[in-house]
Amino acid sequence: MQTEQISIFIENKAGRLSDVTGILAETGINIRALAVADTSDFGVLRLIVNDNSKAEEALKNSGFTVRKTRVVAVKVDDNPGGLHRILDVLKTAGINVEYMYAFIQQSGDKAIMIFRFDQTEEAINILLDNGLTVIDGSTLSTL
Amino acid sequence: MIFDIEYETMPREALESIQLKRLQTVLSHVYATVPFYKKKLDDAGILPGDVKTLKDLQRIPFTTKQDLRDNYPFGMFAVPMANVVRIHASSGTTGQPTVVGYTARDIDTWAGLMARALSAAGATRGDIIHNAYGYGLFTGGLGVHYGAEKLGASVIPVSGGNTKRQAIIMRDFKPTILTATPSYTLHLAEAAEEMGISFKDLHFKAGIFGAEPWSENMREEIERKLNIDAIDIYGLSEVMGPGVSIECLEAKKGLHIFEDHFIPEIINPNTGDALPYGDTGELVFTTITKEAFPIIRYRTRDITTLNPEPCVCGRTHVRMNKVSGRTDDMLIIRGVNVFPSQIESVLMQVEGVEPHYQLLVDRKDNLDTLTVRVEINEKLFSDEVKQLQQLESKISKDIKETLGVSAKVKLAEPKSIARSEGKAARVIDNRKI
Ligand SMILES: [Zn+2]
Repeated sequence: MQTEQISIFIENKAGRLSDVTGILAETGINIRALAVADTSDFGVLRLIVNDNSKAEEALKNSGFTVRKTRVVAVKVDDNPGGLHRILDVLKTAGINVEYMYAFIQQSGDKAIMIFRFDQTEEAINILLDNGLTVIDGSTLSTL
Repeated sequence: MIFDIEYETMPREALESIQLKRLQTVLSHVYATVPFYKKKLDDAGILPGDVKTLKDLQRIPFTTKQDLRDNYPFGMFAVPMANVVRIHASSGTTGQPTVVGYTARDIDTWAGLMARALSAAGATRGDIIHNAYGYGLFTGGLGVHYGAEKLGASVIPVSGGNTKRQAIIMRDFKPTILTATPSYTLHLAEAAEEMGISFKDLHFKAGIFGAEPWSENMREEIERKLNIDAIDIYGLSEVMGPGVSIECLEAKKGLHIFEDHFIPEIINPNTGDALPYGDTGELVFTTITKEAFPIIRYRTRDITTLNPEPCVCGRTHVRMNKVSGRTDDMLIIRGVNVFPSQIESVLMQVEGVEPHYQLLVDRKDNLDTLTVRVEINEKLFSDEVKQLQQLESKISKDIKETLGVSAKVKLAEPKSIARSEGKAARVIDNRKI
């Protein structure tokens, strides 16, 4: 039920982000979700793409430091309180959210959020027990 | 094995008394024969006879590389040319070459010290020595050669270059000791491997490497690839050539300086003040037995530390640490001396960090700032920014604790820092002073 995300180290200098997107475009990789966490010096770029292995190889060949991380994709009701419900469930269970970001989806009445937990397995169980929908990686790449 | 038991294991007190006697003799000799030294001593208001203890040496002015250049070619010789039997010269890549001379007795002394060095690395009469140091004006080749003969070993004077022939000789002559620069050794190993000659199948038991700085990591690499003990040797033509100091096979921890022939000192390179044992600074040598080219308080520009602790091998001579840098590389940051090599050793202590770094020095509001860029790698990279920031502050804290200087650490992308060994790539100093 987990999803694989690739994380890339980038220095905070002009054009670095577009270098990454350029490499992925050339390799024919589709970016499905993207988030940047940065400090004044560097950033960690997190990506969900349609082909992780191909993306990882292309980026490594261009000299980037790449790492795969396990994240969880959760369906969110596209109405007030949708996200709050998920966070509330996690809070009650004492699960810590390291970070989260939105998945790019063109249509539908549901949004998808990507979560990184410190205890991934427990988080998935709690979410499922509370009737929430967790999307696994293979399904996600077909959306 | 110890080649010269009497002198190499002499109790400190007896050794120091010999040093003083020899120092007094050499000072009188240079004062009488070399105008440069006479003027230096006269200007400083000190006569050779004023030196009553070893500590008095500290009152005598230093000799620098520039002094040797100013007296090019033979101005520093202390004997008539008729008594000089050999001349060597440094390559002079940064200016005029420096020229040194030897009397017949000097050559014999040098051979004896080099024989001591070979013995310390485990060589005996029965060994075959593959000497890949260059023969010529450079002191390496001939220095090792005469020492090997003095020891009674069989020496192959193969010199540098012609790598393929070297590999074949190593396979067919079955040498047991290799003498070469560490970088050439790795090149040789690679070339031999390509020819289908594996170093592991050869007969080498030890290698004696020097003439350029090399790290502990390089030692590990050589020992692993060649399946030998790698021993560090130190020397410079201005002082004698190879065989000024050597590591012993037993400890492989610091190089014993042959103190019955050379007096080492460590000084603060800024102030010239002598530093106590254990402090890091510039290595200074006074030769006390050489005839043709004695040198007084010569500033080597090499950075190291002296360790007087007794050694497991039984030698009483003080040990110098592996040379960690050159004063030419030294940075002064808020009054603190910082060597790139010191930063490097701090980085090497941090799990997963590779020695790819760059120092950026700047001055903001009249205050020096030091930024250390450290390349990230897959081992260090975490998806979480918090952990990367923790890594930065850990390195920063380690630098502060070890060097006493505050540095901002910035993680950098892999291969974003030039791979050259030179100062130019390692240090960018933007201070306008
Ligand atoms: Zn020893």
